[in-house]
Amino acid sequence: MRSVATGNKAVAEAVRQANPAVIAAYPITPQTEIVESIAGFVADGTLASQYIPVESEHSAMAACIGASATGVRTFTATSSHGLLYMHEMLFWASGARLPVVMANVNRAVGPGWNVWAEHTDALAQRDTGWLQVFVATVQEAYDTTLMAFRIAEHNDVLLPVMVNLDGFSLSHVMQSLDTVTLGDFIPPMVLPHRIDTANPQGYGPLTGPEEFYKFRWEIERSMRDARSVIAGTEKAFAETFGRKYGMTDEYRCEDADVLVIALGTFGKEAEVAVDILRKEGIKVGSLRPRWFRPFPDLDVKGRDIVVIDRDYSFGFGGVLADSLRARYRVEPSSIIAGLGGQEVTYDDIASFVRTRMPGTETWFGVHDDV
Amino acid sequence: MAGTWGRISTAVSPFPNPHYCVVYMRTGISMAEIPKEEYVLKCTSGCAGCSSTLCLRYILKAAGPETVLVMPACCTSVIQGAYPNTAMNVPVYNIAFASAAACASGISASYRSLGKKTNIIVYAGDGGTVDIGLQALSGAFERGTDFLYICYDNEAYGNTGMQRSGSTPLGALTTTTPAGKIHAKKDIDSIVAAHSPPYMASACSAYPLDLFKKVRKALEVRGPTFIHVLAPCPPGWRFPSDQTIEVGKLAVKTGMWILWEREYGKLKISAPSRAAVKKPEPLATYFSAQGRFKGIDPAVAEQLRNEVRRNIQRFVREEEQSCDQ
Amino acid sequence: MTMYEVRIHSRGGQGGVTAARLLAHAAFLDGKHASACPFYGAERRGAPVVSFVRIDDKPIRVYSQIRHPDLVVVLDTTIMDAVDVLQGLKPDGVVFLNSSEKSDAGEHTTYTVDLTAIALSLGLVIAGSPILNTPVLGALARMGVVSFASVKAAIAVTFSDKRNVRAAEAAYQELVL
Repeated sequence: MRSVATGNKAVAEAVRQANPAVIAAYPITPQTEIVESIAGFVADGTLASQYIPVESEHSAMAACIGASATGVRTFTATSSHGLLYMHEMLFWASGARLPVVMANVNRAVGPGWNVWAEHTDALAQRDTGWLQVFVATVQEAYDTTLMAFRIAEHNDVLLPVMVNLDGFSLSHVMQSLDTVTLGDFIPPMVLPHRIDTANPQGYGPLTGPEEFYKFRWEIERSMRDARSVIAGTEKAFAETFGRKYGMTDEYRCEDADVLVIALGTFGKEAEVAVDILRKEGIKVGSLRPRWFRPFPDLDVKGRDIVVIDRDYSFGFGGVLADSLRARYRVEPSSIIAGLGGQEVTYDDIASFVRTRMPGTETWFGVHDDV
Repeated sequence: MAGTWGRISTAVSPFPNPHYCVVYMRTGISMAEIPKEEYVLKCTSGCAGCSSTLCLRYILKAAGPETVLVMPACCTSVIQGAYPNTAMNVPVYNIAFASAAACASGISASYRSLGKKTNIIVYAGDGGTVDIGLQALSGAFERGTDFLYICYDNEAYGNTGMQRSGSTPLGALTTTTPAGKIHAKKDIDSIVAAHSPPYMASACSAYPLDLFKKVRKALEVRGPTFIHVLAPCPPGWRFPSDQTIEVGKLAVKTGMWILWEREYGKLKISAPSRAAVKKPEPLATYFSAQGRFKGIDPAVAEQLRNEVRRNIQRFVREEEQSCDQ
Repeated sequence: MTMYEVRIHSRGGQGGVTAARLLAHAAFLDGKHASACPFYGAERRGAPVVSFVRIDDKPIRVYSQIRHPDLVVVLDTTIMDAVDVLQGLKPDGVVFLNSSEKSDAGEHTTYTVDLTAIALSLGLVIAGSPILNTPVLGALARMGVVSFASVKAAIAVTFSDKRNVRAAEAAYQELVL
């Protein structure tokens, strides 16, 4: 059914259709609309979930872990400080091999207080063992949230998935949304290691040096297997509902000499810059990684790369730029832009490309004399 | 609102009756009636004379096999045994230090929505309860979570080698209070009571029958229940391993630890403490039985004595008042 | 058609964000692609708020703020003392003001309807504030931004109170082209 919705409402609608047994969440700007919508669905009976109005994000994730461990579908949503407050429990969810699905509405981390978009909150969680995906449209937020449940709960994965959407620039943007009749697209959840009183086990007990690393390898092995599960799920989604997604979203990349690489809505806005630059004769394309964990295979060899990081790792560089340097031995033009909601237009992105200098890092808006 | 036990929201409670209900147990039970089944097997990693292991043994006998234990970091994280073995014959869900009550909330929400009546018991130390776990505990109680939270209180961070906790009594030596603790023990019971749970109680490892009965009673109650068990720790409190029961009894007999129950807010002092609150034994006998009060400043000892006296008066007065009503 | 861009100025609590969403919804019902982006400052009642609507035949890939709108909508003209609402308006851009007086904004074609009076006459008041976001949609339909049928449909889907559609109808009638 076609209608209109904000990014937050699209996520909430996907969750309503995925029908988790337990949802535990704590409100935070700009995610609040997701929690409010879900509470509304539960109140009006269109969603039969147990909604636990927890007292913190740490408890939100802990409650999802407890519920998921009993073998039922779970969901939570957060943003920024809430995500950071969950940090410890993020490791617990992945380490306990629980397919919790979470929407994270990307927002800067204080101080100073800032409620606008930035990706540092999510990228600071990149080592927690969560699958991470970044979306760029309302439709993609909805579709990806649905797929996230199927991917997380797949027997070859059994890891949590974090669906990231830009705070305000997507969470509060209204666009058209085509909702699906879900049918059996998400199979019932079967957790092989669910808590069972008929078969008492210890979960997460003391695990010595001779055993611990094996569990860590199991997580990595599932991360690697997740690539084919993601591909299979995205293929099934395209076949069932007609919308195609991949590990990346590519726009005019085939013959491109220059690639603009950015996560989230910047990656979409870059497409407009690409059209402008193509008219100027610059053969450029926009390559938007959708998935960040597992990290996608990118065809970047022999091309000029302009990476826009809406994040920063102090003392080192932009997280996305660093990932590309490390993985592909490339020297991108690294642009740090959009921190805390800093306004970046397609004209700005076009100028990043025109003035690109491989091997340099430029902070948008920061000049030597500042 | 779920803030008081009388008006729990039906969204939280899957039971047809939106109110908690207590099924009163007959009070007389003898040692012979305690189930023979063991759920704490003879392969724990507990210290010799460990009272918290003893408590758990009776708690699980009372709860039976249809039970899930939720455990934050605490001594029992180790006592339960290391992977791939477990000394527990019920599922144990280990969870991060601050989050036991929240994790139990998730399990409870799932099970109750599935119509499962499985007992969900948090077994947490004093650090995981009165300090780092307090927020999650408060949240779970405020939301009317159907579970039993048991705090076994060895009055310090025992698992890491006896550092002070909010539950360490005034004057006690710990590795982080080498001159004796200068702050009083946090009154977690009053904090929990402020959430108006339908049932809460104190217990002590030296009185396993009393503990057994209270666990049974708590598990019959729908909604959040709380049992605070004093668990003397031989290495931490510095007394011989064969004195665990004796030290626990001294705690009760001196009035340092009072056994009570609170049903729907109404206080009742339990049988083992009846004599003690009338005529407590001298506190010096409790001090001298353990090394952690060695060399206690006489002024601090006097302060503790006054505190114990006031505490006894407070309990006795409250019980009398509630009897008058 | 090239992309049509609308900037709505209002104060927090007056419904500018909802007006933007209703406009995008109506455009969607017209068969167009549309997006509504509020620019949130600190969310306070009474503070100036800007919302953006883009309407196009093609999918919209732009998320940044609109700098050169085709249409500026001002729900509260007192904002004009503090904010240059005409900033960046295209040379052939038009202006809509919620005003009881026929006024004009310099070079630009300016339309006015007293939305506040319409809201008050229908009793459309929430927490002391007249509701402006539904009547303004009627005015915008009269200006041809979206069809009136779609405006009525978008309002009906969003609000159960029938007075909202009546408010849009009143503004539609009152606007003089």
